Amino acid sequence: MKKIWILARMTFHEAIRRRIVLTGLILGILFLVIFSVGFRMISTEIAKEGENRPAMMARVMQNEMSSFMLNAGLYAVAFLSVAMGALLSADALAGEISSGTIQTVLTKPICRSDVVLGKWFGFAGLLALYLLLMAGGVVLIVFLQAGYIPQNILTALLLMYLEALLVMTFALMCSSAMPGLATGGTVFGLYGLAFIGGWIEQIGAIFNNHTAVQVGIVTSLLFPTEAIWRRAAFEMQTSVATIVQISPFTTLSVPSVAMVMYAILYLLGTLVIAVRIFQNRDI
Amino acid sequence: MTVAAIETEALRKVFGDHAAVKGLTLQVSQGEVFGFLGPNGAGKTTSIKMLLGLVAPTSGKANLLGAPIGDRATLARIGFLPEHFRFQDWMTASEFLMLHGELLGMDMQALKKRRDELLERVGLAPFRNKQLRTFSKGMLQRIGLAQALLNHPALVFLDEPTSGLDPVGRRLVRDVVHELRNEGTCVFLNSHLLSEIEVTCDRVAFIRHGEVVRVLELATLNGNQSVVTIRASGWTSELVAQLEHWGHDIQFTGEQLTLTVHNEDSIPEINRFLVAQGVNVFAISPSRISLEEIFIETVGKDGGL
Repeated sequence: MKKIWILARMTFHEAIRRRIVLTGLILGILFLVIFSVGFRMISTEIAKEGENRPAMMARVMQNEMSSFMLNAGLYAVAFLSVAMGALLSADALAGEISSGTIQTVLTKPICRSDVVLGKWFGFAGLLALYLLLMAGGVVLIVFLQAGYIPQNILTALLLMYLEALLVMTFALMCSSAMPGLATGGTVFGLYGLAFIGGWIEQIGAIFNNHTAVQVGIVTSLLFPTEAIWRRAAFEMQTSVATIVQISPFTTLSVPSVAMVMYAILYLLGTLVIAVRIFQNRDI
Repeated sequence: MTVAAIETEALRKVFGDHAAVKGLTLQVSQGEVFGFLGPNGAGKTTSIKMLLGLVAPTSGKANLLGAPIGDRATLARIGFLPEHFRFQDWMTASEFLMLHGELLGMDMQALKKRRDELLERVGLAPFRNKQLRTFSKGMLQRIGLAQALLNHPALVFLDEPTSGLDPVGRRLVRDVVHELRNEGTCVFLNSHLLSEIEVTCDRVAFIRHGEVVRVLELATLNGNQSVVTIRASGWTSELVAQLEHWGHDIQFTGEQLTLTVHNEDSIPEINRFLVAQGVNVFAISPSRISLEEIFIETVGKDGGL
């Protein structure tokens, strides 16, 4: 356990030294500034529109707009966290094996699983910080400017974290078996597949096309990222949006709690396979 | 009976359809400085990686310090400098040693003391807070060497420890190996620099196609033994036979004769003997047998390709 902690700390330390954290921080703040300015402009327009309408109506309009902008912001954050997770771990094991830096580490009295788990915890910590900064920032901006807080925000954030962890773990598993570039290609390919599968499911749900919905479910089983995001969006969804079903972030076919459980098991299974592959390979 | 530092029995590694190591059978005693020689691709690095648990053997057995390979407790008593000495280059020299010491499970106080000692020993004390990315090849090899000695190991593997070093650095490695020998540490040295091996090792093994083809005690090599070439006329076969009194491996090609003498001091005596027997001696030239000659003789001019 102590060795896992040493290696997790090393992973964290490396990310700071290699300026990954700094770059993420600068771009993250830039993102939040732009989001904040954009939100202010749209918010002002909506407020002007609302002046001539009943107060109740103006309130609903303001809330719906806030919810829509918040969802758009969080969707971007979810994608960035996924990309961060994939980029962090795609070359993690593969890179160290090919350069040989792993050799002095693995010839110490440690288990190979310590190395995989150490990296995993290190990356998980980094992703938590990143998500907290970005998603927390988006939620805070919307709250400060419009006084709006979506329902179930904590559940939604945890689901977003699960999505990022899923991609990071999957990339780590690939990285224990193949080169970094191949890992990156595989992970983003699957992410794209899940994304388009999700949309097919959504549109299929509008027309009550069961085959299309099935296609979506199958891609979600293959790679549950998009399903988890849609569950997160559903958790935060306003009741008006559910009834009207208009915006691109409105969830029509809601992934079940079983799908969330499946994603958690998927993550654990991926981690176990990552450890197994790494334990059995020649360095 | 003390346990051997390294003991392998028909250790074998096959990659696909290529046997990188055919069957390594070897015994190295504790406290011995052992040279592991062979041409490129002879399976030296793969052998070391198998012993250290980086590569799983296809078949065969091996023990390090009495425990089967892969035993974690034993790894705490072993040091290793890998061939390409690529390390976590974003760390400083000091951080790098601390990390590896912690992975060895060393006590913090002892580790800090040892880190300072070793930085001093390998001449990197002034660069302790510099990141390894700024280090030259030679400096990286020095920090790698320090890393391999953190735990006062009972057995150290040095894979090409002098490949990146200038003469001063090589001298340092040689001195460190001598110190280790005096402390009773077993050093397993894989190197192409035969002159280095010649002055540092007690014994060497020659590897070809992943098999030990010859094991040699260097004490005999470094003694007074030398090959003497005699150019003369008037030889008789009895005379040639009588030379066995002073040496062995006699080769006679009509006018020229070579033999390996046990002691160079016997050369004037051989001369007097030949002259007394009426042989016309034109030249007698002794030459020390170098490890390089034995290497080429053992593994072949093709380098075992």
